Amino acid sequence: MIKLKLPLSKDAIKSLKAGDEVSLSGTIFTARDAAHQRLSELIKKGKRLPIDLAASCIYYAGPTPARPGMAIGSCGPTTSSRMDAFTPALIDRGLMGMIGKGGRSSDVRNAIKKHGAVYFLATGGVGALLAAKVKSSKVIAYADLGTEAIHRLVVEDFPVIVGIDPKGRDIYDKAKRKKA
Amino acid sequence: MRKIHVSKIKETVKKLCLKANFELRKDILCALRAAEKKEKSPRARTILKEIIENAELAKKKRVAICQDTGVVSVFLEIGRDAALTGGNLEKAINSGVAEAYKEGYLRKSVVGDPFLRKNTGTNTPSVINIDVVEGSRVRIAVSPKGFGSENKSRIKMFNPTAPIKEIKKFIIDTAVEAGPSACPPLVLGVGIGGTFDKAAHLAKKALLRPINKPNPNKRIKILEKDILKEINASGMGPMGLGGKTTILGVNMLEYPTHIAGLPVAVNISCHATRSAEAVL
Repeated sequence: MIKLKLPLSKDAIKSLKAGDEVSLSGTIFTARDAAHQRLSELIKKGKRLPIDLAASCIYYAGPTPARPGMAIGSCGPTTSSRMDAFTPALIDRGLMGMIGKGGRSSDVRNAIKKHGAVYFLATGGVGALLAAKVKSSKVIAYADLGTEAIHRLVVEDFPVIVGIDPKGRDIYDKAKRKKA
Repeated sequence: MRKIHVSKIKETVKKLCLKANFELRKDILCALRAAEKKEKSPRARTILKEIIENAELAKKKRVAICQDTGVVSVFLEIGRDAALTGGNLEKAINSGVAEAYKEGYLRKSVVGDPFLRKNTGTNTPSVINIDVVEGSRVRIAVSPKGFGSENKSRIKMFNPTAPIKEIKKFIIDTAVEAGPSACPPLVLGVGIGGTFDKAAHLAKKALLRPINKPNPNKRIKILEKDILKEINASGMGPMGLGGKTTILGVNMLEYPTHIAGLPVAVNISCHATRSAEAVL
């Protein structure tokens, strides 16, 4: 298990390989479909974004509300490919890490390779387990979107697997090759 | 006539929504435990262990098994000798859902207009299916289903003369092409026959049946078993990262159909296949 601190630095992630198990500690932002659409509109209009993308890590997630006394509710990853169309523009603006589930488009893979970014996989459907790794959660933009708002999460030892490494190698290509 | 007040229906729907979201079905949990023992790949075993541990934690802490607490499909079988009193049935069902999602800290994932996409804030309306049956009882089943898997579902209108292997291929391809983001190991609900809409309805309803209970029709039971075996032979494995466990169960439901057609609907469901039911 490789331990990484957030925000991610290019140096710290450059030797990661698709398939590596990593535990993440530090600050991440949640954003999914509706937030991506809004961020993309701001980028198109050349306006300022509500979060600083430089060296940031986005978690594709929409948590359940927190019970009193808990930091967050259930919070597993959602399908990453729905964000594919918006992602290269975010990577161009400094986004360094993404956490989600499932494969990505070749455009996303190329953007990851070009900028030395990284895509992590979290296990889908284990939101209660992953919630225990979240120490705090705060809505910082688009509160009107409810669960789809951008939350700032502080996580500790959040378990992920490298899905696409900074050289553009994809874990699912490996899985497919093994089968063949 | 046996009188049943709709408030009783509301309370039952509420209770079932909470149960379904916090307690993974026993049949699913058993299948996961058996799969974990059979897996050789360390990564597949780790993921299956996580899924089992997650189910235990969710039940203990009353936290949703999965953050995608879904659109709630509600299935009612109303006995023809039961009289529902006290008001609007649909309203009662939806208030049961809304109360469960508020009090249970469950995610509200329903948007009103599909184009305008404003969250209704209550996780309602639910999708309500009503069948009238013999007797005076009311059977209620709820199935909160996430969209990671729902999005991968398919329907196809086959020719009536289509060979069975073509139909099998369609079902298997749908499951394998659903891929990692549908959260394998999957559960498949398959609806065969009826009309376009009936096949899809059957596919969803099939998911309510425990996966260790095969279809009573022997021919279909064999088909369920074959399809399960072939999908597991794909090697996709838990979360698509390799392994023997790509699917936990295949549940088929059939219905008479037209001379000119053979509709087949495949409703893909994830390892967190949730439902709960009660009889009033």
